[in-house]
Parts: sequence; structure tokens; C-alpha cells
Amino acid sequence: MVTKRRTIGGVLPILGTLTAALAFLPAPVRAASEYNLPYGVTPISHAVYRLHMLAFWMMCGIGVVVFGLIFYSIVFHRRSRHPVPAKFHENTVLEIVWTIIPFFILVVLAVPAARLLLRMENLRHPQLTVRITGYQWLWRYTYPRYGINVYSRLSNPSLASVHYGRHLSPYAVPHYLRSVTHPMVLPTGEKIRLLVTGGDVIHAWWVPDFGLQVDGNPGLINAMWIKILKPGVYRGACNQICGWGHGYMPVVVVAKPPAQFLAWVRRWRAAHHGPGAGDFTPKPL
Amino acid sequence: MSSDAHALTHDHAGEHAPPRGLMRWITTTNHKDIGTMYLVLSLIMFFVGGAMAMVIRAQLFRPDMQLVTPLFYNQMATMHGLIMVFGAVMPAFVGLANWMIPMMIGAPDMALPRLNNWSFWILPFAFTLLLITLFLPGGGPQGGWTMYVPFNLQLGYGFPFMIFAIHLMGISSVMGAINIIATILNMRAPGMTLMKMPLFVWSWLITAYLLIAVMPVLAGGVTMQLLDRYFGTHFFSVAGGGSPILWEHVFWFFGHPEVYIMILPAFGILSEIIPTFARKPIFGYHSMVYALASIAFLSFIVWGHHMFVVGMPVAADLFFMFATMLIAVPTGIKIFNWVATMWKGSLTFETPMLFAVAFIVLFTIGGFSGVMLALVPADFQYNNSYFVVAHFHYVLVTGAVFAIMGAVYYWLPKWTGHMYNEFWGKTHFWLSAISANVLYFPMHFLGLAGMPRRVPDYPVQFANLNMVASIGGFVFGLSQLIFVAVIFSCVRAGKKAEARAWEGAHGLEWTLPSPAPYHSFATPPEVA
Ligand code: HEM
Ligand SMILES: [Cu+2]
Ligand SMILES: [Cu+2]
Repeated sequence: MVTKRRTIGGVLPILGTLTAALAFLPAPVRAASEYNLPYGVTPISHAVYRLHMLAFWMMCGIGVVVFGLIFYSIVFHRRSRHPVPAKFHENTVLEIVWTIIPFFILVVLAVPAARLLLRMENLRHPQLTVRITGYQWLWRYTYPRYGINVYSRLSNPSLASVHYGRHLSPYAVPHYLRSVTHPMVLPTGEKIRLLVTGGDVIHAWWVPDFGLQVDGNPGLINAMWIKILKPGVYRGACNQICGWGHGYMPVVVVAKPPAQFLAWVRRWRAAHHGPGAGDFTPKPL
Repeated sequence: MSSDAHALTHDHAGEHAPPRGLMRWITTTNHKDIGTMYLVLSLIMFFVGGAMAMVIRAQLFRPDMQLVTPLFYNQMATMHGLIMVFGAVMPAFVGLANWMIPMMIGAPDMALPRLNNWSFWILPFAFTLLLITLFLPGGGPQGGWTMYVPFNLQLGYGFPFMIFAIHLMGISSVMGAINIIATILNMRAPGMTLMKMPLFVWSWLITAYLLIAVMPVLAGGVTMQLLDRYFGTHFFSVAGGGSPILWEHVFWFFGHPEVYIMILPAFGILSEIIPTFARKPIFGYHSMVYALASIAFLSFIVWGHHMFVVGMPVAADLFFMFATMLIAVPTGIKIFNWVATMWKGSLTFETPMLFAVAFIVLFTIGGFSGVMLALVPADFQYNNSYFVVAHFHYVLVTGAVFAIMGAVYYWLPKWTGHMYNEFWGKTHFWLSAISANVLYFPMHFLGLAGMPRRVPDYPVQFANLNMVASIGGFVFGLSQLIFVAVIFSCVRAGKKAEARAWEGAHGLEWTLPSPAPYHSFATPPEVA
């Protein structure tokens, strides 16, 4: 039966493709990856990464068992090898086993997830508060303590490329669609409370390296906290469809050590509130 | 049971032949005619929605593509979702229910034939209303199929058209569901107790209850949007004492059961196909029924898993996380039971079985990403990324749609009296299965690496995988032309099908001749 053989042979490539694709996922590599979650730069993003990898490997394990059984059956229980079908159609013990075992596997995942969630939601004792407001289509970052108000929109080189009729290769634009006019500047090492809201419609503030995103709902405020461990530039984007320019409102955060952050605060105040404004006493928290 | 009596007195093929031409289809109350119309509508919508997907994948072929405007892109993404959910998947399942349920339970027709006619004929009007929004000032819906407010209230003239289209679809679904429940509960052949019903019938009985429970919720929700926009209410604006989050709760209270509406009948189909080609009875019939019922129950208490980043209280996050993970248990039971049905069977791999086996593997992959998405802290990263897009296409395309295609190949011989062309059926399967993976698998990586969904353009680091996905998409789209060709040629000609077209098939539908007579069972069959 040539046709039969061809069918079975055909099952191999698809399972092969799938496992090959799975193997593609790198083991815990910590560099930014084209294929996996970033390890990130906050304690939370590290924990999220570990939870993600735990879940991923557990799913792979279940996959090996389930797909292995299916594959075995496809090969060994096809009619040409197994012409007389068995007759069984129930087995209470087996059915109880495959109800209980998945349940415990899920508990193994749910416990660390719940603990991490409680940690993420612990907003006590922030050292700095920044208000984030999404608009169609830009972000506003307000630092109440320092009287600073930064508007952040897509930078001109990206815009030029996006602009119809002007063709500038996206590869020629530095950080195409992920660069802004004025980035958000934050200190490293401090527990920063983010208060996120929407100015017109719902937006979502997302920086993968920080391990989280927060919806900005008009009229409501969401709170989250981050603690950036490494100075650097971190890029993300709006993640809730908000109209024409949804793809064009990136988030860029520049994280500086506290002293340099304060220097930035002084420069900003001097530039926007007049030369004397650089020296000031921050408002209480 | 007047319709019963009606069918019984009138059915003698030929004596009461249907009117010819167009009027036959407009006035028909016959479950097979109506089933056929549902299936044809679904196929057409599959191609309309598919054409939109081709626009999406062409635009995303490389960064800075600029094939369409961002405005048009958003309309394509939104309409693609609405059309595929309400126009392709749901009508296909209702079409299959119409065709198969009376035959599977030994009834002459559906319980409420006129309602049946009406529930179909509403749909072409609903989709006309929805599609003409594309040509109105301000364009069609652009906020995604989730229609989040306040953005959805900013739409142009298309807004009320979209709302009324959804009302019509909802009315049609509820009427269809009432009919299916009435048929199953009242018209089973003597001896067919509930626990002897085929699993496809069971899956539809439960799905029909889900439809009745949640379609009115959606209708109420969109009506509130209509009132907010035109009648000065403030359901969804904080300034007036409402909240935009209310919409998200209403939508997902409908939306999550809705995704199960799109998968339970697929579970039913698998439970018909696999025993046939394994030549072995379904494993664990009772636990299959209980699993269906518990999935349906749980589907009402997990909607919050779509809203983890919205800002719910921690207690709510935890509740929705645990409840969602619980769904994996009955889902796992179904998977294991199908595998146990194949185990030590005598398997052959005709096209329906190929689709069924691919379903088990690929739907399970969608279940894996589902469990990962249920972990709240991880979902703070995954939410609204391409990872979610990968998840729901694995469960909906390689899940629901593959099951529908398998069902069509499985029952085509019964419908047409001809065998379809096995070579082209298999070709269609292999092209679809491989290209769907080329299309959707890279989306997992894109999402993890940080690509948001619903964007018309992206940074260059996502270029390679997007190109791979687009190529997979084009091949998948083209492969579906084979499907149409196979169906058409099977309707017109082909090897004559026997009553029991598949040697391993059991069930009342296979006791009727192929093609099945216009009225199914004139006298109720005996069920042992
Ligand atoms: C093991 C079973 C499943 C689990 C645990 C699960 C879990 C989830 C979760 C947590 C999300 C939200 C992700 C997010 O937006 O961040 C989601 C999204 C989704 N799921 Fe599932 N899911 C499962 C099965 C299914 C099935 C069977 C279907 C449909 C046939 C489905 C269709 C969808 C769709 C359409 C979305 C995206 C909705 C949208 O945002 O547009 N899922 N799933
Ligand atoms: Cu946005
Ligand atoms: Cu859901």
C-alpha cells in the first residue's frame, strides 16, 4: 500500500518541524534575543523570566509525553501494522490518573506565579513617583516632586521614514519606531512608583526589559513599581490599540545613576523654568 | 410536536419536492438546505476574512512596507477578527449542526423549521451591514474585535452599522441555539437517551446553552455603547460616573464563553472522526461529556484572564488565574481520551483523520501557550503581544478551523453521494498544516521578543520572522483554493459513496443512503 506509507511518512516532517522549532528556543540566554523574553533589568523582570522559562520547560515536558504517545500510536497502531483493533473503551484508574496529575502540575506553576504577583503588587515605600499619561499619540511623563513635565513623541527620523512619499530605509534610521523626541529619564537603584492613566482613550505602557506593561485608562489610575538595576536605554511601545498612530508611540527610558539623574533634573529645570530653577528643594514625597 | 407529525405525513421523496430555483433557497425550511446555506456563507466569509488577512500579512511583509495606510490596516485587522469569528467559524458550526443533528438523533428535521430559515437569512444582511462600513465616511471599525471604549466611540459613520450588524448576528445565533436545544431535547429517536447521544450532539447541546447565555450580554454591551454615543449616557465614561473598564468586563464575560462556543463543537467533531478511523469506540464517553460540561461551566468564571494588565485588585487576578488554570484539567482529559481512542486501534489516515490528528497536536500547543498566558506575572509581558496572536490562532485555526475542514471531508460523501478526491484532500491538508505552522509558530517568538499586536509597522529587529510568517500566510491562503476545488468537484461528480461511506463509521447518519434523502428519518429508527 504505497499511498498508506506515504501518509505516515508525511506525519514525520510535521512533528520534526515542530520539535525543531521548539529546540530553536534558546536555553536561558541572558542577552536580548530575537526568540525569547528579555531577561531584563529589574528584579521583577528577572523573576518573570524565570517563571516563563519554568512554564515553558514544563509545557515542553508534557508535550514530549503527549506527542510521543500520539506519534507512537501513529506509527505502531496503523492498520498495516495493527490490523485488528482492540476493543477497550474505558479505564477508571487511568482516567483518574490523568485528571489528578495535570492538577498537581498546575499547582507547581500556580504557587510561584501567585507569590511573584504579590511581590509585584507591593507598592509600599516608593522613592520616586512618576505619572505617565498616554495621548493619541504621545506620552507625557510628569515628575510631581521635581515639577518636571516631559512630552515624548516619535522622533523625526522615524517620522520621516513613515511619512508617505519620502522613502528613507528603516534600516538607515537609528532605532526605527523605537526612538523619541524626549525620553523618560529615571534613576537606577530606586523603587519607582509609576502612576499610569490615559488622556483620551486607553493606552498601555510597556517596556519588555522592565518585565511589565500597565494599561492607562482615561479617568482611572493604575499603579506599578519598578527598580532598574542597570543604567542604559530601554525601549518599548504603546500596547493597546488607540487609533491611527498606535504603532507610532514608542516608549524610551534612559536610566541613569541617581547623581546623574539629579543633574538631569537640574538641567531640565534650568532650561524650562529659567536659569535659577536649577537649584531647588524637591517637594516631599 | 407538530413539526414531527408534519414531516412524517409529508415525506415521500418526490411527492413533495421543493420549489425550484432561487425560491427554493429563500423559502426553504429543510435542515439540509439551510445547513448547506450556512456552510456556503461560512466559506464565502472565510475567503473575505482571508483576503483581509492577506492584506495584513502583505503590509507586515517587511518594515516600512506602506502598502496600506495605518487607518486601513486597523480596519483590516478589526474586520478580519469580526468576520472570522462571526462569519466563518460560527456559521460553519451551525451549518454542521443543521445537517448532522437530525440525522444523528434519528429525527426527520429540526424542531423549528421556520425559525431555522429566519435565523439563516438574517445573516447575509448582518454581514452586508458590517462590510459596507468600509465605504462610509470615517471607515469601518478600527478598534479591534474587542471594541474597547472610549476609542470605539470615536469611529465614523460606520459605528451604528457595526452595532446593528452585531445585534443581527446575536439574534441569529440565539434563534439557532434555541432550535438546536429544542431539536435535541424533543426529537431523539426512541431509545436514544441523553447518555447515548453522539458526542457531536452533546457538544452542540452545551454550546447552544452558552450561546443563549452570552450573546444577549454582548447585545446589551454594544447597545450601551450606542447609548453613550448618541443618547448622552455615561456607562463607559468616568466623568459621568461610569467606567471604560465596565465595557471590558461586559465584553469578556461574553468573549471567553465565545471562544469556547468556537471550540466545543470542534471537540464534538473530533470525537466522531477519531473512533471511525481508529476502528475503535471512543474512549471514556462519560468523562468526555462531563469534561464538556465542566469546561462550559468554567468558561463563565475566567473572563478576567483577558484583563490582567487592566488594573484589577490582586484578589481578582489570583481568582482568575486559578480558575483559568483549572480549565486545563478537563481540556487535558479530552486530549488524553482521544489519544487513548487511537491507542491500539487500527488506524488509517484519510483526510478527515489527518485533520483530526493535526488538531490534537496543534490545539495542544495552543493549550500550552494558554496555560502560560494564565500566569499573571508572565502575562504582564505576554499580554497583547504576538504571543497572544500565536496562541489564539493555534486554538482557532489549527483547532476550530481544522476540525471544520475535517468534518467537511468526513461528511461530504453523506451530503453529496460522492467520495471527494483523496489525493487533493491530502494535498490540501499537508499544505495547510505546514504553512499554518510557518505562519503562526514564529509569532510566539515575535511576541516574546516584544512585538505588540495590531500595529501596521514594526522595528527592524522583527523583520526576519515577520517575513517568514507572511510567506506562510500566503501559502496557507492559496492552499484554501484547493479546498474549494475539491468541494466543487465532489458535489458535481466522483466515485459513488456507500451509505456507510467509512467502514469504521457508526451512528445513525450512516444508516441513511448517500446522498441523504431530503427529509431524514421519516420513521424513527430503533436505537438499541
Ligand atoms: C487551556 C485552555 C486555554 C487557556 C488556559 C487560555 C488562556 C488564555 C488567556 C490567559 C488569554 C489572554 C491573554 C492575554 O490577552 O494576555 C487568552 C486569549 C485568547 N484565547 Fe485562550 N486559552 C485557552 C484556550 C482557548 C481556546 C480553546 C480558544 C478558542 C478556540 C481560545 C481563544 C483565545 C482568544 C481568541 C484569545 C485572544 C482574545 C483577544 O485578546 O483578542 N483560547 N487565552
Ligand atoms: Cu496605542
Ligand atoms: Cu479567555
